[in-house]
Amino acid sequence: MVGSALDVDIWRGTQAGRFQAFSIPRREHQTVLDVVTEIQRDHDPTLSYRFACRVGMCGSCAMVVNGRPRWTCRTRVNEVVRDGERLQLEPLRNFTVVKDLTVEMTQFFEKWQQAHGYFEPGSQPQEDFAIVPPSTSERQAADAGIECINCGVCYSACDVVAWDRDYLGPAALNRAWTLVNDVRDKGNTERIEAISHSDGCQACHTHMSCTQFCPKAIAPTYSIAGLKRVVLRRNLRIIR
Amino acid sequence: MSPALFVAQRLTAFVLALAVTVHLATILYAVRGSLTAADILARTHGNIGFAVFYGVFVVAVAIHAPIGLRNVLREWTPWRGVTLDIALGLFSILVLALGFRAVFAVFSA
Repeated sequence: MVGSALDVDIWRGTQAGRFQAFSIPRREHQTVLDVVTEIQRDHDPTLSYRFACRVGMCGSCAMVVNGRPRWTCRTRVNEVVRDGERLQLEPLRNFTVVKDLTVEMTQFFEKWQQAHGYFEPGSQPQEDFAIVPPSTSERQAADAGIECINCGVCYSACDVVAWDRDYLGPAALNRAWTLVNDVRDKGNTERIEAISHSDGCQACHTHMSCTQFCPKAIAPTYSIAGLKRVVLRRNLRIIR
Repeated sequence: MSPALFVAQRLTAFVLALAVTVHLATILYAVRGSLTAADILARTHGNIGFAVFYGVFVVAVAIHAPIGLRNVLREWTPWRGVTLDIALGLFSILVLALGFRAVFAVFSA
């Protein structure tokens, strides 16, 4: 295996384009990001892709690898390509392609804002440090979703985003859920209003693709289910 | 889906889960002893409990089904807005009318 050639097909162009074939040496412990970097440096410097940290922290190198969205810096070629198979790389789905493997993520981040995915300290911020015991259910619920690195893998995998481009998406809703469970936050009335509509948490079909593919092993599906419960409880309270 | 429709859909789903279970269990129980349609109608005739149970069933369906259908149409077609809501309101009335017609027919048979 090591020492043999690795055949790679990479998407070139924008929404319209084609796959371009490359062949590079196969190396031990080679990651998919290593492959793309080697191709850009040694074969075609016009190849566009995005990366920064290379260690699974920045969330900028996600691509569709052999049909599945993945973080490429932490995906070894050995995990996705067996002997004799080709490696196919495409830009993330459900995003507009800027060029080659680079996508436009503005809408993705705007949806975080639309879902009030930011901390609201209120008009009178706390004077002292808030003590939030790790054992509380709110802290544990927030912890379960807090490690999101905004890579867009869940958004690429989501069927609901594919058929409703206005759907807020798993990442933004997961972020909203962590804040709903932040006992220091004072913006939940507005936040729940912002995520409770036709393009909000109610639109999720619980297909669980986001949970299946999240490289950080977060379960946005459960976060969205939590938001649905909160919406239900709040509205029942209003009815009563 | 607005929060009100979401809540209505969830609450009616809860009612329907119980109602469908009772409905199916009753069917299985009723046909066990080879009861004929006439035997069953003789038992349902004038039975207020039966009429109330199926009346609730019909109302739950008339709320639940149009909301679900509205979601499907919104996701799979470009149909949106007031005309969609009116169409599904009419569908709800149709379900109510057909459902209560059936309940009344069995109750008063």
